[in-house]
Amino acid sequence: MAAVQAKEEKTAKGTARGRRIFSYIILIILTFLCLIWFYILFINTTRSNGELGKGFTPIPSTHLIENLYNMLHGSLPFVRGMLNSLIIAGLSALFSTYFSTMTAYAIHAYDFKGKKAIYTFILAIMMIPTQVSALGFVQLVSKMNLMDHYLPLVVPAVASPVVFFYMKQYMDSNLPASLLEAARIDGAGEFRIFNTIVMPLMKPAIAVQAIFTFVSSWNNYFTPALILHKESMKTLPVLIAELRSADWLKFDMGQVYAAITFSIFPVIFVYLFLSKYIVGGVTAGGVKG
Amino acid sequence: MEKHKKSRIKRHNRYGYIFLIPFMAVFVIFQMIPLVSTIYNSFFENYRSGLKQIGPNFIGLANYAKLFTSGDLPKYFANTMIMWILGFVPQIVVSLVLAAWFTDPSLHLKAQRFFKTVIYLPNLIMASAFAMLFFTLFADSGPVNSILMSMHLISQPYKFMSHVGSVRGMVAFMNFLMWFGNTTILLMAGMLGIDSSLFEAAEVDGANARQIFFRITMPILKPIFVYVMITSLIGGLQMFDVPQILTNGSGDPMRSSMTLIMYLNKHLYSKNYGMAGALSVILLIITGLLSMVVFKTTADKKD
Repeated sequence: MAAVQAKEEKTAKGTARGRRIFSYIILIILTFLCLIWFYILFINTTRSNGELGKGFTPIPSTHLIENLYNMLHGSLPFVRGMLNSLIIAGLSALFSTYFSTMTAYAIHAYDFKGKKAIYTFILAIMMIPTQVSALGFVQLVSKMNLMDHYLPLVVPAVASPVVFFYMKQYMDSNLPASLLEAARIDGAGEFRIFNTIVMPLMKPAIAVQAIFTFVSSWNNYFTPALILHKESMKTLPVLIAELRSADWLKFDMGQVYAAITFSIFPVIFVYLFLSKYIVGGVTAGGVKG
Repeated sequence: MEKHKKSRIKRHNRYGYIFLIPFMAVFVIFQMIPLVSTIYNSFFENYRSGLKQIGPNFIGLANYAKLFTSGDLPKYFANTMIMWILGFVPQIVVSLVLAAWFTDPSLHLKAQRFFKTVIYLPNLIMASAFAMLFFTLFADSGPVNSILMSMHLISQPYKFMSHVGSVRGMVAFMNFLMWFGNTTILLMAGMLGIDSSLFEAAEVDGANARQIFFRITMPILKPIFVYVMITSLIGGLQMFDVPQILTNGSGDPMRSSMTLIMYLNKHLYSKNYGMAGALSVILLIITGLLSMVVFKTTADKKD
């Protein structure tokens, strides 16, 4: 191919270089746009309320620990909020990955009547937003006496069509029927096969989906705000909303920034270690914004 | 998919049903029943007026009629769509260009993983905290005004929160930042799936980068393009966290950034279950129709 274009090579090389420089410039601008907010957030978290009032400087100050301490001992229970968020997001990730793998396995490994219809059905409900059934959901949870409880925020994760779809696709290319056949001949029960053979083989897919479910549950605001009203049960997004609705000018702005930092930076920190799996798992699909 | 299972012993297959129980039970209890009761609620007058509880009385489709005639629904639908389009257009343009660059072998960009990691980062940020962050950064005495003033671009703080354009712009910009990385990666996956011999043949025939992009990449990418657009539209209809936190649920100025889900949320909080139900059903119908388009396009792709 290079030989064909030999005479044009020089100009082609020149334009390729120009294009490369241009694309680097755009990428650097976008990188700046993505990161600048978190940089300002970090700087402002290190400054006292008085310093914040004097305008912005790009150099960090010395009040980081003080702001964090004040925020954690302030009027809103952020430590408890983080604990609630961790429990709900952690259990959601566990439930959704385990049971979605189980559901996908049912469709993948067995032949039964109505299988195709069920598969189509699960795919069809994939796009239905949770908000449209929120009214009935709140009424149901209230009737079950589960308001201010972790359960209504955790158990629904068992039925996660998107995670199911990812698991099913992963099984199609990574779970040979011959392996299950061999286990069956060895006399293993179906649940045993699932737990001791299928689950370990699904580890890479489970890791990816556990991260995604955890993050989306961690960030979820709409449903927790409808279910959690007791201060001690609230998750971080609900507390952030409360911070916003408080008469914020009276606040120590250092504390406000510290609270935002407290909600955002753990995810950024974890992302730095797991980015390879996360970016690789994005193509799984699902509803986006 | 079917053929390798013939040898299997029949009685194992009942485990297919057993393994489906958790999903189906949870789906029925926490999604199906709430959905049915939401639809049921939409036909009843059921709200609180002061301390008095009105209803529930069956009123047929009156809630729907009220939604369309009282004048708020079209306005909030328009708000939602305007903010979605303002965010989506730059998002799809930037994502297409980035995906084309990342997958262009003649460009061989370095540090690709770094850039992909960075552009995807905002997607994982808690939307409510991100909106709160923008609220503080763009406050009248916040750092953005402080920086603009120190650069002498403005002499007085610009009241970002009091102008229709700047509030909608901020919401759209946040949505753009949060989703362009995701879209780039989806489009890249589509572009990498294109048979590279097509590009080589086009190059041999003397096509330039632009011609290759518009004549080969784009037509092949159409299904994934439709998928990205419709899923984004469905996501856009659900826009809530960012404008809710940014405007403290008011959708100000003059409810110009009030979205459909913020409206729903308002009805849920004021316990106007009739109107909340009718609004939910309308949203369900719209997303249902849009989902069908996605379903069709992805099904076509597989065959």
